[in-house]
Amino acid sequence: MAADNLPSEFDVVIVGTLTESVIAAACSRVGQRVLHLDRNYYAGNWASFTLNGLLSWIEEYKAQQEKSPDDQTDVEQEWREKIEEGEEVLTLNSVDSTISNLEVFTYAEEPEEEEEVKATSVGSVLIDSLAAEAKENSSSSTEAQNSSGPDDTTPDKDDDEEHQHQEPENEQTPETQEEPENEPQPEPVPEVKKKITYAKLIKEGRRFNIDLVSKLLYSRGLLVDLLIKSNVSRYAEFKNLSRILTCRNGKIEQVPCSRADVFGSKQLSMVEKRMLMKFLTFCLDFEQHPEEFQFSQKPFWDYLRSRSLTENLQHFVFSSIAMVDQETLTEEGLRATQHFLRCLGRYGNTPFLFPLYGLGEIPQCFCMCAVFGGIYCLRHSVQCLVVDKESGKAVIDTHGQRISCSHLVVEDGYIRDEQRTRSVNISLVTVPPLDSSSPAVRMVELSSSSMTCMPGTLVHLTCSSVGSAREDLEPVISKLFYVPSSPGEEPAPCEEEQKPVTLWIMFFNMRDSSGLDPSCYTLPTNVHVCTGPDASLGNDYSITLQAESVFRQLLPDEEFCPPAPNPEDIIYDGDGTQTEGAAFQEAGDALGTSAAGEEEEEEPQENDQSEESSEPAASSESAAQ
Amino acid sequence: MHGRVKVKSTAQQEEEKRKGREKKLKVYLTVRDAIFSKRSNGELDEEALQFTQQLLSSNPDFATLWNYRREILLHLETVKEEDEIQKLYEAELFFIETCLKMNPKSYGSWHHRGWVSSRLPRPDWARELSLCDRCLSLDDRNFHCWDYRRLVVKASGVPVDQELQFTDRLIGSNFSNYSSWHYRSTLLPLLHPEPGSEPASPCRKQNNTHTSPTASPQTHSHRVCEEQLLKEYELVQNAFFTDPNDQSAWFYYRWLLGRAEREELISCVYVSREGERVAVAFSKPVNALTEGLMLVLDGQQQQRVEWRSAHPRFRHSPVWLCELPPGSVSDINNEHNLTVHWMEKHTHRDCALYTGRPESWCRDSATDQELFRSELSVEKTSVLQSELQSCTQLLELEPQNKWCLLTIVLLMRALDPLGHEKETLAHFQTLKEVDPMRSSYYSDLCSKFMIENTILKMEYAEVRVFSLSDKNLSTLCHLDQLLLVTHINLSSNQLVRFPPQFSMLQCLEVLEADDNAIGNLEGLYHLPKLEEVSLKNNQISKLSDLEPLASCPRLTRLDLRGNPVTKTANIEAELAQLLPSVTDLLL
Repeated sequence: MAADNLPSEFDVVIVGTLTESVIAAACSRVGQRVLHLDRNYYAGNWASFTLNGLLSWIEEYKAQQEKSPDDQTDVEQEWREKIEEGEEVLTLNSVDSTISNLEVFTYAEEPEEEEEVKATSVGSVLIDSLAAEAKENSSSSTEAQNSSGPDDTTPDKDDDEEHQHQEPENEQTPETQEEPENEPQPEPVPEVKKKITYAKLIKEGRRFNIDLVSKLLYSRGLLVDLLIKSNVSRYAEFKNLSRILTCRNGKIEQVPCSRADVFGSKQLSMVEKRMLMKFLTFCLDFEQHPEEFQFSQKPFWDYLRSRSLTENLQHFVFSSIAMVDQETLTEEGLRATQHFLRCLGRYGNTPFLFPLYGLGEIPQCFCMCAVFGGIYCLRHSVQCLVVDKESGKAVIDTHGQRISCSHLVVEDGYIRDEQRTRSVNISLVTVPPLDSSSPAVRMVELSSSSMTCMPGTLVHLTCSSVGSAREDLEPVISKLFYVPSSPGEEPAPCEEEQKPVTLWIMFFNMRDSSGLDPSCYTLPTNVHVCTGPDASLGNDYSITLQAESVFRQLLPDEEFCPPAPNPEDIIYDGDGTQTEGAAFQEAGDALGTSAAGEEEEEEPQENDQSEESSEPAASSESAAQ
Repeated sequence: MHGRVKVKSTAQQEEEKRKGREKKLKVYLTVRDAIFSKRSNGELDEEALQFTQQLLSSNPDFATLWNYRREILLHLETVKEEDEIQKLYEAELFFIETCLKMNPKSYGSWHHRGWVSSRLPRPDWARELSLCDRCLSLDDRNFHCWDYRRLVVKASGVPVDQELQFTDRLIGSNFSNYSSWHYRSTLLPLLHPEPGSEPASPCRKQNNTHTSPTASPQTHSHRVCEEQLLKEYELVQNAFFTDPNDQSAWFYYRWLLGRAEREELISCVYVSREGERVAVAFSKPVNALTEGLMLVLDGQQQQRVEWRSAHPRFRHSPVWLCELPPGSVSDINNEHNLTVHWMEKHTHRDCALYTGRPESWCRDSATDQELFRSELSVEKTSVLQSELQSCTQLLELEPQNKWCLLTIVLLMRALDPLGHEKETLAHFQTLKEVDPMRSSYYSDLCSKFMIENTILKMEYAEVRVFSLSDKNLSTLCHLDQLLLVTHINLSSNQLVRFPPQFSMLQCLEVLEADDNAIGNLEGLYHLPKLEEVSLKNNQISKLSDLEPLASCPRLTRLDLRGNPVTKTANIEAELAQLLPSVTDLLL
């Protein structure tokens, strides 16, 4: 929608992405006039990019780095005049300040500073397969989150933590992957076929959906509940994670977490199986057994060691099930374990869901709710906030238009750092630290069936940052993957050939503001700030809780995301609603049919049953005759 | 409120739904009536197929319609070309699939599918198998689908090993599945039969196992070769270490440990000059009235003997009795040879009655240990030992687990019943505490084991005295093993009755059963040698309870002190009339 067409009055103006999109959906669902703006592309730091998209994103980032902050001043003059008397102006960041330390490495063949890889796999078996199918490439991107929003120009001043995300795409990490297409193919294949060239990567670029943040959905988490409750799940498809792995003593092992896993596990002894099951069963309802954990003031790690668990099991529980760190207290650790276990079995043998086509799908789904009358505008942002004494009245957008609104919801990245007073670090552990000083790294490996990459594997590594993304993650990468020293180089025949070969790596740091207390912003009361992605694996805090609490502040009396009505239940009468309704129906038809989310199945089935239940009753009579 | 999407109210929706339902019902009834009238007119046409399809797709449990459909299909078979028939049945299969989606547990749909598959000119079994797999992946305990799957497997000849892998897969995804375990138990003996039981065993081993003396009385056609057995033990242990409260794995484990079946044979022949009686004991209850039992005395077949079971209530009994013709063995100076033939099993047993001996018997030597061990039929002690070790390990982790406790008890019995007696008793105590709902079951089982142990001890001591007092016995069993016992002491237990089987104690002279709760003497029936009975402090309350004693001709001493019946008026006179032989009566 072109900017000049924008109406100049809204109930709520929302700037930013994921959490914001939930709020936008919730508000428009209950009839608020919503204007949803986003700086440049859908989903902000939650976005998923194709490879080509990612490359342009990198370009943009670099361009930004060079841009001097003074550029803004000219523009400022333009909108100064729109300010009325008695009003002040709070300037918002026009550029994204959350990303820093971006570095890109390419290992795929045609050098020219491009990226490419040839892949080898972990198991020798896999090597063949990779080779045969030539499907490896790995990219790793790291994101660090600098807690104090630094200027773009000084990305390094942080004592903050970062998150790294890496998306190497390599084949499968360990052992065999679940994807049949990666299965070994016995005959060795000529060298030529092994290589994936950069050109090929670029050509296939559209098959990638590379997330800037790597997250999964806990299958009983708040976000999943929200997706179901609001019927938004009908706009997306999900896949249950197929396995959970951990790296221990240099070896990749499968984490036995469900009953079937424990039963089938070859690494555990019989007695360990019993111990583990016993402990997990206890965790499921640990509140019922207060006598079992008087340790609650002690760290979870110490608590685990006090239980009758072997070292093996302590490791599994600590780093792969609870996924907590050394400082976590017992009760929190138990709660994390419990949450993990409760999520098991809802949609499969692991507790996580991943949206096909990447995480960027989620904000998009909520934006679909714009059919309820919200207006969504991309590449359109807000320059400043017009403040009238104690409350904000209006915003002025990047096109200089003044838009008045009663509430403004804005993502953390738009707030200039001088408005921030405090920050907290969050850390998270999944793969144990290589040495005591380095952070634990979480790795999410996505195969092509997740619709996020071409055949091969995309790997995201994330950790809370100590130094730059590259410093933090490189050791892990070199441990798990083969990184050629020059593009196209073959791995040394011996041990290196056990590892998948990387094709492309991207490192960056992303600011994690999730620990910030909203009250630390010196902002008018009707301006609400949402934090960006946090470091944890689930989405519960960052999305659902926050969105709901902001929504409650905006509209305390309204229901949060009630289910969307069935298209046939909507009444079309007045002119205005007619068109919207029709649009909704179209959208509903188009999407509802093509995207049957896993969760969605629950609901329709129930409906069917209740509908049908009357019939057999009627017919059983006739059967009796 | 502006901008809000207008949605129909609940009442409106309800009303619409109701109307919709009414309309549907009307259509449904109309079609049903149309079908019935077509059927009574004998119309077997495609229109009827369409009508029934319409109804069945919404209500697949309407059995009459499926029957009608089969009638139509059978008729169409006679008038159509094979290709058309194939198409017809394929369409039928497709239709049933939609019905199964409606109700995956519809008896009618599954049955019809089986029928159609068997009529199909060119069946596609692979497709059927994958359908089953899909259904079972949605509900791995859908027994309709299991049934149908077995039919498909049988018809299409899926190799047994492939089926075994199938159960591997299902058990791997959820081992709490009786169907899978059971299916395994039927496949394993086919795939890995025990060497010797069937030729061409794939895992034949040299015969270095000790040749069990009980090999002959045990028959098991369902045994599995040892190599595979060991693998199965490991598999099932993985299951019960993972979840020791899941019964399905324990049941399979019990099957693996085996349950011997004893062969039918004559275990004992007893002859007494007094009363000129013969008693024959079998290894399991038989019916001797089928004229399969033949007695040969000194080379002469005794045609006229009449066999009777120990108690008239039994048509099948392990003990059979007869009287020889008067005078045939009464002279103590004569020696006699007796042979009993059990024709049904082509088996016999000899017994010699020497001069100067008032009675004689011949029976299976005292390897009775095998008798009671045979409950678990695993042959090798070493296997049992290692299984016992694993279970003990589990018990340390789960001291309250009843399945584990019970299994340990069984393993101990099989290994060394006397040596483990103390531990066994302790485990039973724990079992009663952790599983109070079944404490009576455990008491009875424990009584049984105690009786077995006492029999063993008696055999080793080569005496005819059975003493088992103060052991919390709640029931009596193995009484056929006590055929030769003359003295029995059951005092201070928790017995409530002498069961009819007690009448098998044909040699019993002295019975002590003080301090029990006995109120029923049914089993004290026709015990020819019984002289003394002591029943102090029991629950005999009515004179009629004592009636069975009247059938014991030699009873002279009876102690009834501490029983309610002694309060009966005129008791002495009544008893004198009922039991004239009793001279020494204590009340």
